[in-house]
Amino acid sequence: MPPLITPDVEWGLLAPELILVGGALVLLVVGTFARRRDVGSFYAVFTILVAGVSLVSTVGLWQDVTGAGSNPRLAVADAVSIDGFSVFVTIVILAAVVIGALLADDYLRRERLQGVAYYVLMMLSASGGIFMGKANDLIVVFLGLEILSIALYVLAGYHRRRSQSQEAAIKYFVLGSFSSAFFLYGIALTYGATGSTNITEIGRFLQGTTLTTGVLLGGVALLLVGLGFKVAAVPFHMWTPDVYQGSPTPVAGFMAAAAKTAGFAALLRIFYAGFGTLRLDWQPMVWALAVLSLVVGSVLAVVQTDVKRMLAYSSISHAGYVLIGLQAATDKGIAGSLFYLLAYTFMVLGSFAVVTLVGREGDGRHALDDYRGLARNRPGLAFAFTVFLLAQAGVPFTAGFLAKFGVIAAAVEAGSYAIAVIAMVAAVVAAFFYLRVIVVMYMAGDAEVEPAPAVLDGAGAADGAGGLATATATDVATRNRVAIPLGAGVALALCLAVTIGAGLLPEPLLDFARHATLLKP
Amino acid sequence: MSAFLLQYLTVAVFSVAAIAMVGGMLGLGSLVRPTRPQSQKYINYECGVDPVGTGWSQSQIRYYIFALLFVMFDVEAVFIFPWAVRLEAYGLFGLVEMTIFIVILALGLLYAWRKKVLRWA
Repeated sequence: MPPLITPDVEWGLLAPELILVGGALVLLVVGTFARRRDVGSFYAVFTILVAGVSLVSTVGLWQDVTGAGSNPRLAVADAVSIDGFSVFVTIVILAAVVIGALLADDYLRRERLQGVAYYVLMMLSASGGIFMGKANDLIVVFLGLEILSIALYVLAGYHRRRSQSQEAAIKYFVLGSFSSAFFLYGIALTYGATGSTNITEIGRFLQGTTLTTGVLLGGVALLLVGLGFKVAAVPFHMWTPDVYQGSPTPVAGFMAAAAKTAGFAALLRIFYAGFGTLRLDWQPMVWALAVLSLVVGSVLAVVQTDVKRMLAYSSISHAGYVLIGLQAATDKGIAGSLFYLLAYTFMVLGSFAVVTLVGREGDGRHALDDYRGLARNRPGLAFAFTVFLLAQAGVPFTAGFLAKFGVIAAAVEAGSYAIAVIAMVAAVVAAFFYLRVIVVMYMAGDAEVEPAPAVLDGAGAADGAGGLATATATDVATRNRVAIPLGAGVALALCLAVTIGAGLLPEPLLDFARHATLLKP
Repeated sequence: MSAFLLQYLTVAVFSVAAIAMVGGMLGLGSLVRPTRPQSQKYINYECGVDPVGTGWSQSQIRYYIFALLFVMFDVEAVFIFPWAVRLEAYGLFGLVEMTIFIVILALGLLYAWRKKVLRWA
C-alpha cells in the first residue's frame, strides 16, 4: 500500500492557538484532580500565564510577516494564512482572554460558581477564534467558528442558578446552530461555483472569469448571512440583546470582544481576499447591513432601561461601523475595521467590567437605576465607565474617536458619502444613550437610601435614636458600596490605559493596524 | 442554461424521482387499502405500547448525560474505523494523530468520571 502524502504542518506557525489548546487541556486535568473546589485564583492566573506565553509566541510571527524582508505566506497545505492580519487578530483575541480571566476570577467566586470549566472553555473558544482569523480555507473557517461558538454556548449558560442564563444559552445555541447551517450551505454553493474551498484559490478563480453565476451569488449571500449572525449585524441581530442580558456579565464581555473580532476577521478575509473581484456585487449587501445595523442599533438602544441590553444594542451599532470599513473595500478600510475591533475590544471589555461589578451578587442589578449616584460611592469606577462610554460614543482623545474616524474616512475616500453621513448621524443618536448613563451616575441622587433596617427595634431608642439612625444609614451605604476586587481593578486599568492611551498617542496602534495587511491572491 | 447549472440537473432529477416514488407508493396504497378509522389508530406510536403521559413530561437528566457520552465515543468510532483499515498507509503520522485524538476524548471521560456523572445512584 503506498504511503499517504500528509501535509507538512508548520507547528511553529500555529503556536499561539496550540499553546492555548494545550494549556486548556492541562488546566482541565489539573482541575479535575483538584481536591478542593476553591483553589483561590490559581485557574485565573494559569489562564493569564497561558495567554501570556501565547502572546509572546506571536511576537516572532509578527516580525516574520511585517516590515522589511517580511514573508507573509500560506501554510499547512494552504489552509491557514500567516500574515499581519491573522497575527493582529490573534493578539486582539488573546488580550480579550487575559481581561476575561481577570474579570472571571472574582465574578465566579462572588457567584459561587468556582470551577475549572469556565477558564478551559474560554481558552478553547479563543483558540477557535484565532483559527477563524488565520483560516485560509472556508472549511477551516467553519471549524474555527464551531470551536468558538460551542464553547460560548456553554459559557452563556454558565450561571446555573439563573434561569435567564439558561435561556440565553438555549437562544444562542439554537440561533447559532441555525446560522452555522447557513454558513455551511454558503460554503457548499461557493465550492460548487468555484471548484475550491480555499480562499486564495477562490480569489484566483474569480480573477480569471467575468462570469458570475446565480449559484456563486447565492453562496456569497449565505456566507454573509452566516457571519452576519455571529457579528450581530441587523437583520441577524435578534439574539444579541437577550443573550447579552442573560449571560454572565464577564461572558457577555468576552462574547462581544472575541466572538465579534473573530467573526469580522473571517468576514473581512473571505470577502476582501476571496471575493475581492466580486465587490460590485457584495458591496450593496454590506452597505445595507451596515446602515441597518447603525440605525437599528442606535435607535433601539435609546429606549433600553437595562444597561446590559443597552450595551448589546450598542454592540450592534458598532458592528455597523466595522462593516463600513468592509464596504469601502480598500486596504485603508480594512485597516480601519481592524483598528476599530482593537479599540472596541478594550472599550467593551472595560464597560462590561464595570457592569460586572455594579451587578453585585446575583448578577442581577443592571437597571439604569442601579447606577444612580455611583459617582459618589465609587468615583473611580464611575470615571472609568464614563471614559468607556464616551469612547464608545466616539469622543475625541479616546480610542473610539480614532476608530470611527478611520472607518468613516475610508468610506469617504471610497466615495460612499451617504454611509459616512448616516454613520455620523448614528453616532450622534448613540451619544444620547451613553450620556444618559453618565448623567445618572453623576447627577441623580443616591439609589441606596433604603429605609433603615429593623435595627431600630426600641433598644436604645430613647437616647440618641437620631444618631443611631444615621449610623445605620451609613452602614447600609457601605454595605451596598460596590466592591472592586484586584483582578477586576487590573482589568479596568488595562482597558482604561488602552482606551485613553490610544486616543492620546494613537500612532503605535494605528501603525499596528496598518501593518496588519491581508494576504491577497 | 449553462453547462454548469446542467450539472445540478442530477440533483433535480433525483429529487423529482424521490418525491414521485414516495408519493406514488402512498397514493397507490391509499387507493387499494380498506379504510376503517378507529380512534386507537390515531394515537402516537410508542414501540407498540400506548403512550404514557404527555409529550412534554420531564425525563431524568442522567439519560441525557449518558447519551452524550455515548455519542462522543460513537463519533470516535467513525474516525477510528477508516484509520484502522488503512493503518499502514497512514504510518506513524496517523498513529500519532489518532493517539492525540483519543487522548483528548479520554480527557472528557476523565472529567465526567471525576464529576461523578458515571454514578447512577
